[in-house]
Amino acid sequence: MHMVSTHSLIACHDCDLLHRKHSLREGERATCSRCGAVLYQKKPDSLERTLILALTNLILFVLANVFPFMSFQLQGREQVTLLISGGIELFHQGFWQLAFLVIAVGVFFPLLKILGTLYVLIPLKFNRKIWRAQEVFRLVGALTPWAMMEVFMLGVIVAYVKLIDLATIVLGISLFSFAALIVVVALADSALDAEEVWERMESAQ
Amino acid sequence: MSDVLTTAARASLLNCHTCHRLSMARRLSVGCHAVCSRCGAVLHYRKPNSLARTWALTLAAYILYIPANLLPIMTVISYGEGAPDTIMSGVKHLIEAEMYPIALLVFFASIIVPMAKLITVTCLLISVQKKSRWRPKDRTVLYRVTEGIGRWSMLDIFMIAILAALVKLGSIATIEPGAGAISFAAVVIITMFAAMSFDPRLIWDAMEEKR
Repeated sequence: MHMVSTHSLIACHDCDLLHRKHSLREGERATCSRCGAVLYQKKPDSLERTLILALTNLILFVLANVFPFMSFQLQGREQVTLLISGGIELFHQGFWQLAFLVIAVGVFFPLLKILGTLYVLIPLKFNRKIWRAQEVFRLVGALTPWAMMEVFMLGVIVAYVKLIDLATIVLGISLFSFAALIVVVALADSALDAEEVWERMESAQ
Repeated sequence: MSDVLTTAARASLLNCHTCHRLSMARRLSVGCHAVCSRCGAVLHYRKPNSLARTWALTLAAYILYIPANLLPIMTVISYGEGAPDTIMSGVKHLIEAEMYPIALLVFFASIIVPMAKLITVTCLLISVQKKSRWRPKDRTVLYRVTEGIGRWSMLDIFMIAILAALVKLGSIATIEPGAGAISFAAVVIITMFAAMSFDPRLIWDAMEEKR
């Protein structure tokens, strides 16, 4: 029996079935013949697109954190909040567990993901592998389910609906930046071809 | 010739969980573990102790599910009077205010999703332990949906944080989180870990065995 190089094979991550790899045309995807999971896909200009989108995300992230998020006006009093204010308020009220959680999944993990992506991809664009690139890129992958900006946004919508009849709510620049950030993060996630990054990292210096 | 061969485990190949590079299994000395040559992640045929870990996390989530639903998740204090809200009463208020789409959204994310997730993971665990051969493809899809949808239950926690930060008007109105919110957040996180520790390939291993 002849030996098949393991590099020409791929196993389905959901059912473990082995498949031979074929070269795909841009925009095509290969799915598992047994369970239907996506095995691999070829995304056009993945590295460049992801890089540009990640840089955009960094700018939007700064805007979303610097400017006022929402303000609440009632009987001549106004309460202005930032994106991070919810987490900080939980901390002041003694709910430090919830405070850590809200700040981590709403602000800190999304930032870490953006920075990690840039840290790995910028040197890779110039065919260089930076210090601890593998570890950082593994972290980026592991953080993905824990970066919950879109869920945060849904929480904002529900809170807004609950308060709209009671008081005047003013939406700030930060809120719109945050909404844009969610869209661009989703675009960056779908532009990223992790397989290509791993392959390039292996051949880079 | 068919493109389908066999499973990676049968071919003594380890599939990296992180970068999906296949590695040949080699003998290891005691205390060593294999790592992926490409990304450095630890290699396993299947997620380690998948069933035991998933059961432990799922049972913990069932227990925490009770205080999460019975205790108030937040209290609105207005002119010295407090009105505690549980998850269910929060949905009820939204219905009373005739905000049906939002009520439906909160009902789905905070009540249906955590419950459906717990029941689904329990059924998947039992089906794997009984080495069921029943509709493996559908069970795999069910797993994928369960894994992806869990994070949306965090909605209520974010809502409480935003309300607490906005409504700080001293004696007129303040909003305080409640103990139920901590339990609820714990249920969401623990069920996410439970879904991550379950290995869907165990569903397919049962299909291989009996043949």
